[in-house]
This record gives sequence, C-alpha cells and structure tokens, in this order.
Amino acid sequence: MVPISWYLILSAVLFSIGVAAFFIKRNIITVFMSIELMLNAVNLTFVGFAQQWHEVSGQIFVFFVMVVAAAEAAVGLAIIIAVFRARSTLNVDQIDLMKL
Amino acid sequence: MTLRRLVHCALALTVAFAGLAALYLNLGAEFAGLAQLLVYVGAIAILIVFAILLTRGDDTAESVFSPSGLAGAILAAAVFAVLAWAVETSGIVHPAAIPAAPPEPMRSIGLILMHRYILPLEVIALMLTAAMIGAVILALREKRPQPEQIQRSSAQ
Repeated sequence: MVPISWYLILSAVLFSIGVAAFFIKRNIITVFMSIELMLNAVNLTFVGFAQQWHEVSGQIFVFFVMVVAAAEAAVGLAIIIAVFRARSTLNVDQIDLMKL
Repeated sequence: MTLRRLVHCALALTVAFAGLAALYLNLGAEFAGLAQLLVYVGAIAILIVFAILLTRGDDTAESVFSPSGLAGAILAAAVFAVLAWAVETSGIVHPAAIPAAPPEPMRSIGLILMHRYILPLEVIALMLTAAMIGAVILALREKRPQPEQIQRSSAQ
C-alpha cells in the first residue's frame, strides 16, 4: 500500500512541471497543454484523498473537473484556431492586440 | 516540456494522461480512471493533435534556457518547494489507522450522482452543451468578407 504522501508529491511534481511550462514556453498550444497538466495534478490529489477516506465525493468532483476541462479544451482550441487564422502566429508575445 | 517539437510535447502529454489513468485504477477509483481514459486520452489528446495540425507552419524553435526561462524554472521550483513542505508537515497525510473499507463500487457512485448531485450534473451538462456550440461557432468561421473589407470595397 503506497502512502498517500507519495501521490501528493507526484501531484506536486506534475503541477510544478505545468507551472514551469506555462511560464517558459511561448507557444500558445504548449501553454494550453500545461494548463491541462495542472488540472490533472489536482485531480490526482482528489483521487488520492478519496481513496484514503473512502469517500465517493472525491471521484464525483474529479468527474466535474474533467467535464469543465473538456469544455475548456474545446473552447480554448477553437479560440486558438481562430487566432491562428486571424494572426497566423501562435507566439503569445505576438498576440498582443489587447495590450495597452 | 523541454521537447522542441510541438507534436512530441503532445505525445508526451498523452503518455502522462495514460499513466495518470493507470494510477487512478491502481488507487481503486475505477470511475475516475475510466473517465480519465475516455476524456483525456481519447478526446482531449486528439483535439490537441488536430489543433496542432490545423495550425501548421508555426514551429518556432525556442530555447528553454533564456532569462525568462530561468525565472520560470525558479518560480516552478518555489511552487514545488511550498507544496512539498505543505505535504510533509501536514498531519492529514499521516493519519491514525483508518479502518480499511472496501472501495466504493460504481453503483454507489451512480446513485449518488443521480440523487445528491443531480442539480450540479444538470448544470454541468448544460454548460458543456453551451461550450460545444460556442466552440463550433468559433471554429467554423463563415466565409463572409470582414466589415472593413466591405467598407473599403464600397469606398472604391
């Protein structure tokens, strides 16, 4: 039986990788993928605690997070494609139309 | 994250999703594991790959070891340090012996989802439908000329 702290540490590692990719990479699709990675890290924490306390609510909440992530993925990728059509770039430094 | 090509990043992310699904199944959470497998490995990975293919030709080579990259790495290391410190010092993760109960079967998850969480379920279904319609409207841009083009052509 693996203690839950290992799962929490793995979740922290995944979240940190997501944070690093979010700040380092300049391609908007990579930024998007790092957001998905961070969501998954939080889901791992939920499942770990749900398993420790034998709670069903943890899995229910993971399910809701997944649905929200799916909706976010669909809308986000549609926005990315629309932006690419309009600006023909994916670099977040060059998509600065709303900057003052 | 450090891979150069975007497609390799997406494939690595898919492998990570599959590994997480295996971890959920290992933890006894069949519902979450199978949902992860269906939603992430099945749907979102394909969606990301399609987005990469549709936005081809923008493979800007970027170096990870730039000043801003160093700042991001330091920030991520700080986040990890705080999280690891919180995990190690909290008393929750080293509990007194919790009686081992059998893992919750799928049936109880379905019953609870249909009884106690029926309103959130309906709300999230509505939100997902709205998001899908919005995504289709955003992605399928109509072939009408833009308003400034109309004005320009009428001025000529």
